[in-house]
Amino acid sequence: MSTQPNHFAPLARLLHWLMALMIIAMLFIGAGMVASVSERHEWLINLHKPLGVAILLLAIVRLVVRFSTQQPPLPADLPSWQVLAAKASHLLLYGLMLILPLLGWAMISASGEPVMLSSSLQLPSIVAANAQVFAFLRKAHGYLAYLLFLTVLLHLAAALYHGWVRRDEVLDSMLRGRDRG
Amino acid sequence: MVDRSSPPPLSAASLIVRLAGIAVVVAVVAGAFAYVNGTLDPQRLTPKKLINVLETNNGVHPGFRRNHAKGVCVIGHFESSGEARSYSTAQVFNEARTPVVGRLALPPGNPYAPDNAIPIRSMALRFTQANGQQWRTGMNSMPVFPVGTPEAFYQLQQAQSPLPSTGKPDPAAVPAFFGSHPEAAPFLAWVKTAKPSASYVTETYNSVNAFYLVNAAGQKQAVRWNMVPQAVDAPGATAPEGSDFLEKDLVQRIAAGPLRWQLMITLANPGDPVNDASKAWPEGRKVLNAGTLVLESVQPQLSGECRDINYDPLVLPAGIEGSDDPLLAARSAAYATSYLRRTSEVSQLPAAKQEAQQ
Repeated sequence: MSTQPNHFAPLARLLHWLMALMIIAMLFIGAGMVASVSERHEWLINLHKPLGVAILLLAIVRLVVRFSTQQPPLPADLPSWQVLAAKASHLLLYGLMLILPLLGWAMISASGEPVMLSSSLQLPSIVAANAQVFAFLRKAHGYLAYLLFLTVLLHLAAALYHGWVRRDEVLDSMLRGRDRG
Repeated sequence: MVDRSSPPPLSAASLIVRLAGIAVVVAVVAGAFAYVNGTLDPQRLTPKKLINVLETNNGVHPGFRRNHAKGVCVIGHFESSGEARSYSTAQVFNEARTPVVGRLALPPGNPYAPDNAIPIRSMALRFTQANGQQWRTGMNSMPVFPVGTPEAFYQLQQAQSPLPSTGKPDPAAVPAFFGSHPEAAPFLAWVKTAKPSASYVTETYNSVNAFYLVNAAGQKQAVRWNMVPQAVDAPGATAPEGSDFLEKDLVQRIAAGPLRWQLMITLANPGDPVNDASKAWPEGRKVLNAGTLVLESVQPQLSGECRDINYDPLVLPAGIEGSDDPLLAARSAAYATSYLRRTSEVSQLPAAKQEAQQ
């Protein structure tokens, strides 16, 4: 018997789908709140901050799970450019999952505002208050969030391509626990 | 590894249908995103539009606030009287002393506006509590706001925008706006008799918007507050000639000793309008004297501590909450946009300084 599984570990799949929901919600919350002057603006910001920290923590758990479990291999007949694209986009997804919450945390710190996750739960500042640093971090947070959204779209399109066009085991390996064959 | 035989190849039609299916899924998600971020919803009032109209009306002055652009930093502290303690758990009302970094300013978005251009002055304060939480408030010397919604505020700004044809605002636009906005009557009645004050120090500054105080039992009390000055003008005092008397007056007065205001917190009765800053609350409401604001020194706004503070009225400590006044959320959202623009332009400020001296 081969040691290589043909599906992701149950915990890895749980984290994937939970975080998929959270990250997509987060992207929409972020895009909506900066384009609103209504009460939604405040309501969404109060959701955005704790959700961001939850994503950061789960991303760390997920990396631990990733390195302590075995991943199913990509199909052997996958063209090398697609193998490269898959690996690079996964690296980008993991990187942005970690970097975006940290940038959000750092930009609030740099603005001199207390980093409040609720009306009384406060995180320490991780960057000294500085207007120019704030402006840089705030823009980086916005641009990288758009990059994450585009990467998520690419990931979604690729997953469907595997499931609907190539009809290989890639999509299935994240959907189900057992080999369908 | 389990070997699976490759699935049978797709027909051309089937391949096209499946690829189109993927395109549709991606387009739906991207379209929903473009709606949420406003791209596909051009009618929506966004923070960007609010700040853009201020820039249209006042010009762009890099590095400066887009509104209340001319001002001065003040440093001091707040001494709590303890009177608000049973209404709010906020440390600012419970500790003897809380440090304050504030800013006294004029409303227009032009940092070179003469001080007598407008009868309104503003006071913004940041209280930093010992527990790290902050209370930021931006107050104005008018008792009520002209309008109750961000949409109406936007229309009022648009009415003052220069027309592309003449480069000047349409003189009929503002009267027409007020004609169709009867809620502005209390503000118009006030502004009719208001005169530009000769000093920042003799003004009462009002929160205008309503907030809630929340006590240890979780009880919420709707409030508005005023900073009432200890200093009063001699009767008949009027603004002196010249365009920059306010800062000079402040520097002179503060050199003679600390300047004081009382923080008076008005408690709403049930039924008082909490979500409409254009409406005053009737007389006879219970008022708490929550403590004394003591201002001890002045700093220039281009190098002072207040420069990089966004006086967002929804930065509140536990024990104070925003109300459902729609202007509060709009102020918070618009200030964030102004803050990002001006913090991106900090390096352009020394040039602005020279421009001011010319």
